[in-house]
Amino acid sequence: MHDYGYFSVFIERMPDLLDKLYEHLIIVVIAIILGCIVAIPLGVYLAKTSIRWIRSLIFNIVNIFQTIPSLALLAMIAPLLGYNFKTAVVALFLYSLMPILKNTFAGFDSIDEEIIESANGMGFGSMERIIKVELPLALPYIMSGVRITTVYIISWAVLAGLIGAGGLGELILAALSLNDNPLVIAAAVMAMVLALISDFVLRLIEKLSTRRGQTAKQ
Amino acid sequence: MIEFKNVKKKYDNGYEALKNINLECSEGEITALIGPSGCGKTTLMKLINRLHNPTSGTITIAGKDTSSIDPIELRRKIGYVIQHVGLFPHMNIGRNVATVPKLLKWDKERTRKRVDELLEMVSLDPETYRDRFPSELSGGQQQRIGVIRALAVEPSIILMDEPFSALDPISREQLQDELIRLQRDIKKTIVFVTHDMDEALKIADKIALMKDGEIVQYGSPEEILRRPANDFVKEFIGEKRLEVYQDTPTIRQVMVNNPVTIYPHRGLAESLKRMEGKKVDSLIVVDERDHLLGYVTVFDVLKEYDNEAIKVKDLMHSFEYKVESHMLLPEAIQQMHERKASYLPVVDESGVLEGLLTRGSIVGYIGKEYDGEVEGVL
Repeated sequence: MHDYGYFSVFIERMPDLLDKLYEHLIIVVIAIILGCIVAIPLGVYLAKTSIRWIRSLIFNIVNIFQTIPSLALLAMIAPLLGYNFKTAVVALFLYSLMPILKNTFAGFDSIDEEIIESANGMGFGSMERIIKVELPLALPYIMSGVRITTVYIISWAVLAGLIGAGGLGELILAALSLNDNPLVIAAAVMAMVLALISDFVLRLIEKLSTRRGQTAKQ
Repeated sequence: MIEFKNVKKKYDNGYEALKNINLECSEGEITALIGPSGCGKTTLMKLINRLHNPTSGTITIAGKDTSSIDPIELRRKIGYVIQHVGLFPHMNIGRNVATVPKLLKWDKERTRKRVDELLEMVSLDPETYRDRFPSELSGGQQQRIGVIRALAVEPSIILMDEPFSALDPISREQLQDELIRLQRDIKKTIVFVTHDMDEALKIADKIALMKDGEIVQYGSPEEILRRPANDFVKEFIGEKRLEVYQDTPTIRQVMVNNPVTIYPHRGLAESLKRMEGKKVDSLIVVDERDHLLGYVTVFDVLKEYDNEAIKVKDLMHSFEYKVESHMLLPEAIQQMHERKASYLPVVDESGVLEGLLTRGSIVGYIGKEYDGEVEGVL
């Protein structure tokens, strides 16, 4: 049994909390990075392609992942990839796709036709134009997508504990079974703090990515 | 020189944007492409830097077929200014102007120098403006940057797609004046798309008037105003503008038709007699076929009067300046004023004297012209 209150739990169980927080963070970061690697280029492609049905097809597929309840998604993937860290990352990665994809698309879509025309007229190659002109202009949108996703995924990652993937969720489940309410609260608070700090930091990056010449994007 | 030969452009949907265009844009001149929207003027311009490709026909720049040049490379060598400026909002002015130099990998020092030089060219202080962002500039200033950005690597050709049409009238006038001033120094081959006839008349050396994918008339502003090819051209130029232009009298309408002349081998007594008879103080000297040679004045004649051996040709002065009869009156008046001449001889292309433009004849013409209108004012 535990011998700490709602405050002292933070001192008594700090090593465990930090340990699980670190695991939690790793799951989230890997999922987000994978999400960016897939969703950003895909978003650019969708914004640039003139083939409409591809666009709606991909948006629909990604939308479907979004609507599957997270618990169900974990339950579906776990038998395939095992009850472990990998499964958690894959599930969260699928969740991260939609917001990043949508925002990347919106960011590139928002660029004025004239800017693209003048870039072409001055002799930018398409890749050169996308990287040097369009990407910086779309960056605030993309960063906003990344921020929103990150905050969601931090809270969804708690469920990863259910399939034994580690993270703060694991601690919460263990504490629940032991009726250790202070530890449940403490672990939840850690997840909240992580979400708040991530939100703050990413907001800062978003602001920095909005150059002086641009109006801040929502 | 840019040359279009039998150029046709058909879009995928079957729309024929350009029908057999043949056009030459001369070196160092401003060629204006003008016409109502949908006439193909922008399409024609975009063929030059291969933003569009022709369905058939060839476009050559200085004799070289553009289809054999890599479009990216071609575009870096051709300045490009568009209507909506198209400055990159995330780059400051310095970086915007340096866009093409950067694409061509100029070194930093050379780029920086060139940017400052260009900013000074349009009277924007480099220290103040280099680090600003496009959104912090007025529309007119933004388009100035748009223009100098196109000039950055000294391309010999510049394409301008209605560059001033989105500006307020005052900035537009200013930028047009600046372009004319700049062009005097830089002498680029400029292709200028516009739908504004006043603009075309003001800045262009040559105007190509287009309709439905064809060039209806091509010529200098003067030619188009004087000899509009058909009703469409007349309508496009506008009755008002034509009236103003056609109402301006030419020298032919104003000059004195039978000036008092004398042959060069005549004596002085005869000269004096003619002057007395016609009440003039000088005589125009012409040869037997009326070619203008010069003039003698009464003072010269009186000074040498006692010397019988002297002929008109010995006292004759030649004219510094003569005019042709199709010249517009205001131009001639300005010349008279600048040269402090009391009259100018009017000749045809082969130098045959046709008449005299005198101060008296000008006053007479104006008097006649305003007769009806002035009544009651006095």
